[in-house]
Amino acid sequence: MADTAHAAHVGTHMEAHSETSTGLDSRKLAIWTFIGSECLFFASLIGTYLVYRGRSLVGPFPHEEWVSPAGVHFEPILEIKLVTVGTALLLFSSLFVVLALNGAQRGRRGQTLTWLGMTILCGMFFIGMQVYEFTHFVHKGLTIKTNLFGASFFTLTGFHGTHVTIGVIWLITVFILALRRKLPPEKALNLEIAALYWHFVDVVWVVIFPVVYLMK
Amino acid sequence: MDAQVAATPGTTPLDHDHDHPGPAVYVKIGIVLFILTALEVAVYEVGYNHAEAGFGAVLHPVVVPVLLLLSACKFALVAMFYMHLKSDSRLFSGVFVFPLIIAAVIICALVALFFYLHSLHY
Repeated sequence: MADTAHAAHVGTHMEAHSETSTGLDSRKLAIWTFIGSECLFFASLIGTYLVYRGRSLVGPFPHEEWVSPAGVHFEPILEIKLVTVGTALLLFSSLFVVLALNGAQRGRRGQTLTWLGMTILCGMFFIGMQVYEFTHFVHKGLTIKTNLFGASFFTLTGFHGTHVTIGVIWLITVFILALRRKLPPEKALNLEIAALYWHFVDVVWVVIFPVVYLMK
Repeated sequence: MDAQVAATPGTTPLDHDHDHPGPAVYVKIGIVLFILTALEVAVYEVGYNHAEAGFGAVLHPVVVPVLLLLSACKFALVAMFYMHLKSDSRLFSGVFVFPLIIAAVIICALVALFFYLHSLHY
């Protein structure tokens, strides 16, 4: 028993002193590199959206009414109020996750669980908002095949929504770790890496929201 | 034990966690982000839906630059304070900002190229 405890202590000690050439944790550098590559991914999608903006030949359109040749009237399709609430919640979730990280780094399990739980709830609300929005658009006659706006809109926001979903699943796994007391301060980096991904998902939306919803 | 934890690479000292701002700063940044989002929506409402006269008429031609500026402010605040780029190693900033610049160039180049091509055909 004593030998096992000693071996565990030595193992932790060895791990604690594993140096890297940069002096930085490799996992953190890896997530930043990944985030950098994701910038290019979303740049291509946002660029494509901007290139096709205003080039749709048939409606429904994002901000303008449209009457089809058959005489069917289509209202502007975007709903700013709902998306503003989703945007605010996503921004608040960034605040919540950083408060959770603060708790994890200081060994405050209750603080970590509370704020992490709030972050997950905000993320789930955002996904729900997007599912509602997509369903609503399809019912109003806009699909990915309808026009250039539909194709670029669903691709851009759909990929972002997928990233949010992955982020929520990731945060749930960290929440379970914290719940099972497997997230001590020395392992707070596990949460920090997930939080960095979550913040990135948030800043991508910070760009998408005005570009897609607010610019006419 | 605390001393051991403090010496762990990837936790406190090497990643400069001790320089991270506290909850009070995080909350202040959160409030600023919320205000900036409200401003974005206000600019949209006034600049587009009340553009006939008054402040709306003044705002209307500059709605897009104003929205982009507000968005850039929000982006910078989240990256600097919530993602800790302000206090973490500069290598992380470089790994993030360099692709970000390329991304911005890609977007500008795509828009300029298609705007030019469009002008040739129509």
